[in-house]
Amino acid sequence: MKAKPGIPSILKTAFINALVALVLFSLMVGIRTEAGASGQLTYWTRFGELASLVGAVFGGSIVIELLRQWIGPTGAENLVPPAVKSGMSFIGRYLAPALLIFTLLVPVIFYDQRYILDLAILVLTYVMLGWGLNVVVGLAGLLDLGYVAFYAVGAYSYALLATNFGWSFWVCLPLAGILAAFWGVLLGFPVLRLRGDYLAIVTLAFGEIIRLVIINWQDLTGGPNGVSGIPRPSFFGIPLDNSDDGLAAKLDIEYSPTHRIVFLFYLILALALLTNWATIRLRRLPIGRAWEALREDEVACRALGINTTTTKLTAFATGAMFGGFAGAFFATRQGFISPESFTFQESALVLAIVVLGGMGSQLGVALAALAMIGGFELFRGLETYRMLVFGMAMVLIMIWRPRGLIGHRAPTVYLTKAKAISSDLVKEGHG
Amino acid sequence: MDYFTQQLINGLVLGSIYGLIAIGYTMVYGIVGMINFAHGDVFMIGGFIALITFLILISFGLTAIPLILLVVLLVSMAITALYGWTIERIAYRPLRHSFRLAPMLSAIGMSFVLTNYSQVAQGARVKPIPPFITGGYTLHESTDGFVIQLSNIQIMVVVTTVVLLALFTWLVSRTRLGRDMRACEQDQTMAALLGVDVDRTISMTFVIGAALAAVAGLMYLLYYGTVDFFMGFVAGIKAFTAAVLGGIGSLPGAMLGGLAIGLIETFWSAYFSVGYKDVAAFSILIVVLIFMPTGLLGRPEVEKV
Repeated sequence: MKAKPGIPSILKTAFINALVALVLFSLMVGIRTEAGASGQLTYWTRFGELASLVGAVFGGSIVIELLRQWIGPTGAENLVPPAVKSGMSFIGRYLAPALLIFTLLVPVIFYDQRYILDLAILVLTYVMLGWGLNVVVGLAGLLDLGYVAFYAVGAYSYALLATNFGWSFWVCLPLAGILAAFWGVLLGFPVLRLRGDYLAIVTLAFGEIIRLVIINWQDLTGGPNGVSGIPRPSFFGIPLDNSDDGLAAKLDIEYSPTHRIVFLFYLILALALLTNWATIRLRRLPIGRAWEALREDEVACRALGINTTTTKLTAFATGAMFGGFAGAFFATRQGFISPESFTFQESALVLAIVVLGGMGSQLGVALAALAMIGGFELFRGLETYRMLVFGMAMVLIMIWRPRGLIGHRAPTVYLTKAKAISSDLVKEGHG
Repeated sequence: MDYFTQQLINGLVLGSIYGLIAIGYTMVYGIVGMINFAHGDVFMIGGFIALITFLILISFGLTAIPLILLVVLLVSMAITALYGWTIERIAYRPLRHSFRLAPMLSAIGMSFVLTNYSQVAQGARVKPIPPFITGGYTLHESTDGFVIQLSNIQIMVVVTTVVLLALFTWLVSRTRLGRDMRACEQDQTMAALLGVDVDRTISMTFVIGAALAAVAGLMYLLYYGTVDFFMGFVAGIKAFTAAVLGGIGSLPGAMLGGLAIGLIETFWSAYFSVGYKDVAAFSILIVVLIFMPTGLLGRPEVEKV
């Protein structure tokens, strides 16, 4: 163990950091350029901002160095006393059911707060997407950077079928899932032979291809203008509107636009729970175990006679299908979709939710979606700084907890008693 | 035929720029085994720094273009290299022994940070500069009036790329640093045992990659005359595609892949539709990978049992 550095060394580190910051920010922050009316570039200096940034780095380095000394080399993990840890694991056991009950009650508690209901629907959409991607990344260990493509396929399937043929949401929902699964298989075929990072770029490219085709195929998709006038979902054929045929009129209660929001809330909750239930069931079936075996060691899998081709294909197709369901829901909720909703940023966000949650952990994914989307909402006022903070948070969280929020998870199969597996033992992501 | 030749020239120039960025991806992948998602944004930062340096130099009344170019090149390479170094220190070094997805996510986060940092610092609007290097040569004029042009900027881009590539190949194959890099690529633990400073080598890899990306940023600025905060994402994906197409980890592969992507894009826009040029580039990537799963010049991956 190294001796604790004294004040001079701390000051030296902070000084070097400030110097680096000075060079980094000198031109990007110290000089501001702007194109004038005639296209001529002008610039002005912002040395005040530059000085305060460099000062902040200097002060921040001192604080971080002092904190590092105070905590010592054991790391923040061990600061939590064992009593609190056992308490937390006790809470952890009942967290999932408690969270579910709370979620079921959200529309009752926040009935008058439209904003919270909308936010809850958004969070649940990402929970569903996260659980869907979890099948591909968390269970099968296949790195998919283009998951948003299946979301887009589902959304456009529903939007186009509903606006062109007038089909109802309940007919289109399974179709959207099937079409997305079909695209998943289509993507699966070329990537079957690829390993690791080649898979990442191909899925990324695939996501971009779908988005670019949507933008350019104006006749079908409306191009950048998107599809508008997508029908709202009906309550099994009964529309949720102000008309005489509407649900409110039939039940003889006063119409309120909140009915539809509450209905959408329970719809996405049901879809998300369906995803969760299917994932948990599939994990116990031979196919699910084959996915997990594939994630751990592909060569061993082949040696054991597992058909890796079909295993990968089913993982892609299953994940894609749930993405397609979520997409159809997204289209009916928004009433309007455009290619802008299906950028790489969305894929990265869903992937971040899965990895941050702790790959393979259902509860972790739900908590991560809540933290990410909720945290993202907190910064809504600071529009320009929002993504900056989001990116920094992603970096810091990865450094702090590279294994995600819930690194431990229950084993799929066990002999007599389920023991939690430490995530350090799980060698994930070797696709 | 004339039209074809002109497109060939344009494609080669664009491909050179992609190739320069792709080298950064390939080097980092070869040594650390990780996709540096923020590399496209480093390229964008390099373009911005070049633009700002140009502005300052001109406002000081400098007129000698070769001198201005040289100063801009050195300043943007130096500052961008420091960006590369800092990014490695903050976002990647703590995660080097973590499981594979963690550094990738922190790289994606870093890319968001850099994109939005330059948006906040310099605004979202496209920044144009007046053309510095004008003129060129008319190679051939056909009877129907079509002229094959070779502009001075195009010559400069290609010459700079060739010179840098030569310099870089020499660096990797002949110098101490290059030997360390190749050793780390083979086996980091073994290299460390034999006295190679792994941390320093990896830092230098990021520094060199960022400096090359800065050159690409400067070339892009001179060639297209604009920079904006979002150009790093698109160029980054293309260059990454180029690196994978050529076989990630292979330096000649990165250059070859860059040229291939540049040519595909240019020819597709010239003969088919501009809107689908990226679709064409990505589709060809997928097709190539189906038949050559490790890219054009990639080595087959050894399955360790």
